Amino acid sequence: MSYYPGCTLKTKALNFEASAIAAMAALGVNLVELPRWNCCGTVYSMAEDDLAHHIAPVRNLVRVSEQGSGKVVTLCSFCYNTLKRADLLMRNSPEKRDAINAFMDEEIDYQGDVEVVHLLEVLRDDLGWEEIAREVKVPLEGLKVVPYYGCTLTRPQEAAIDSVENPTVLQELLRVLGVTVLDFPLATECCGSFEIVSRPDSVTERAYAILGMALRKGAEAIVVSCPLCAHNLGQQQPKIAEKYGNFPGIPIIYFTQLLALAVGISPELCRFDLNFGEVEALLEKKGLLPQCERSGVGE
Amino acid sequence: MIKKALVIGGGVAGIQAALDIADGGYQVILVERTPSIGGHMAQYAEVFPTLDCPQCILTPKMVDVGQHPNITLLTYAELQRVSGEAGNFKVEILQKARKVDHTKCTGCGTCWQKCPAKVPSEYDAGISERTAIYIPFPQAVPAKPVIDTGHCRYIRYMEFIEGGEEGKKPPQCRICEQLCPVGAIDWEQEDQIVTEQVGAIVVATGFDLMPIERLPEYADDPDVIDGIQFERMLSPGGPTTGVVQRPSDKQIPREVVFVSCAGSRDPEHGVPHCSRVCCMYLAKQAMLYKHAVPDGQAHVFYIDTRTTGKGYEEFLQRTKDEGTVYLRGKVSRIFRDGDKLKVMGVDTLSGKQVEVSADMVVLGMAMLSSEGSKELAARLGIATNEQGFFTESHIKIDPLESTRPGIYLAGTAQGPKDIPDSVAQGSGAASKVLGLFAQSESTSEKMVVS
Repeated sequence: MSYYPGCTLKTKALNFEASAIAAMAALGVNLVELPRWNCCGTVYSMAEDDLAHHIAPVRNLVRVSEQGSGKVVTLCSFCYNTLKRADLLMRNSPEKRDAINAFMDEEIDYQGDVEVVHLLEVLRDDLGWEEIAREVKVPLEGLKVVPYYGCTLTRPQEAAIDSVENPTVLQELLRVLGVTVLDFPLATECCGSFEIVSRPDSVTERAYAILGMALRKGAEAIVVSCPLCAHNLGQQQPKIAEKYGNFPGIPIIYFTQLLALAVGISPELCRFDLNFGEVEALLEKKGLLPQCERSGVGE
Repeated sequence: MIKKALVIGGGVAGIQAALDIADGGYQVILVERTPSIGGHMAQYAEVFPTLDCPQCILTPKMVDVGQHPNITLLTYAELQRVSGEAGNFKVEILQKARKVDHTKCTGCGTCWQKCPAKVPSEYDAGISERTAIYIPFPQAVPAKPVIDTGHCRYIRYMEFIEGGEEGKKPPQCRICEQLCPVGAIDWEQEDQIVTEQVGAIVVATGFDLMPIERLPEYADDPDVIDGIQFERMLSPGGPTTGVVQRPSDKQIPREVVFVSCAGSRDPEHGVPHCSRVCCMYLAKQAMLYKHAVPDGQAHVFYIDTRTTGKGYEEFLQRTKDEGTVYLRGKVSRIFRDGDKLKVMGVDTLSGKQVEVSADMVVLGMAMLSSEGSKELAARLGIATNEQGFFTESHIKIDPLESTRPGIYLAGTAQGPKDIPDSVAQGSGAASKVLGLFAQSESTSEKMVVS
């Protein structure tokens, strides 16, 4: 299956990528990195006449076509959103499609024939919860978490992988893995996103609201699917403690890390050392860090 | 030309249509699906903009219907089949088995006071219970009960015996039968088909409120209720005798948030239309809440306030003057945070996000067409729009005619509207029927292809 990593997965979110590749290999899915991929475009441009910004994502979709694969899977929510919406634009706006294709005269024309999916969709729709449940070697019992979706997995509606207002896919996956999922009303609340660059104080405020609610709900960790969410929710914690005081902190974990652990990947491969918060200590305390026979799968 | 009319639906529009046709000297059959006429209006505490109580202004009309020599009232009945054309329709009406002989019953009330089976009350929108043998509310017309066969203990017992099921027998009960002083309980009574011939039909089947479960981002808490539930709570004759109390712990809510356009004007939730009455009834409810809890705080979130009736804008201003805070913006989510409900929204006038910690939230849910409208339309051979509201012959010039001659529309069955408009349309539909009956011969409209 064609896999589009994007920039963050190769820098700040190495733990996301490593755990995803290992876990999917254990589930029998080989994620094949796209050759010569470029920046996804980061944010889908909403301006009507701003076609130049769609060239980057469309070029990636051309790479998928060249690879002979009709489907590309992403991990980062922003990459998913930008690629998905660029694909929808190419499918639904023939004039813009022709203009973009004409501009990229050195590439083959893109006809809107690649399916852009997020890894959560592959898990839910291609493998299915029952199949994953059969592969769970280490049920993650006793671990209490809240799911956090962020914005770009479920917005706008035409690019949503699940219900816009009340997505459940993360909860469903986590329950299959044996995790205790707590009710979390702020699961789709904005983390502040790229405002971290221009208005970091507003992100501190958003993160405090989200993290505070998670702690009040009794969560021991927040499970995320977006590197930017992970960054904002993690890196703001020292600032929150400084600004508001009396803040115990809470670890941030990628869903793929828990998936990998549950299907028997060695904890070293999950790269918990790169997470924000004492994830290993938490898992140790819960007795969820076994010495695993299957370590090395996916290398 | 058969100079007899059928009115379908016993809400205020159907009541008005039936009375006006009957007063014009013609026979009317009024068919109502539930055990009593009255419709939604009978559920309301007080009605805008004059704050009359519906018991005072609707009940007399209901009694008139019940006693009018020209009106045959068929409650607990539904239209099954229609054939023929304007001036001569043959209709088949299903009279559901009441299991009570209304020719014997005196409406004394012993049965429904003693019945042990409890069911959520439709009239009280689920915030109180009724019994399995019941009249929907004290002012019901007719004031004689029916047995809800889905919940009656004896009928369950009989089904258990006849079904030859294994296990513990349910209790036999039959308390109503033992206590009835006139022997009116009739277990043998079955559904019946009543066949009638009529010259004209008025469709006044009303609306249903969108269930709050369709907005899970708002509704996942017992203290989030819909507008009709709050009406029942405000009603002096209601289950809380007019005391405003939040459902979870019966405490008096000190901070209440009202959400307009909960479902309406929201194509994402499948309802693009404006429900027309919510702005006004939420203003009224906020006002009545402030009257009931003077030190309480009411907030109303709105997209824009639509007050296009006589005296309506003045009424809204009065609500604001009496201290209700209006916030222009939508609510994104409502959830429990400890003892409070957190209402997250935006105030687009100040451009700021707003969070209100409320004790209770009232959702002005969208008005939908009455359940089964599309099926009824198919039986009648008339059209509906996508939402199931019946289509007029011409929205501006022929708003009372359906798409089939001899069949007329009244009230919210045609589209969301308030009580004054529903009553006016009921009278309008009646005048159309009277006009038709005044003709000596049936003259159905000829369709010409030009």
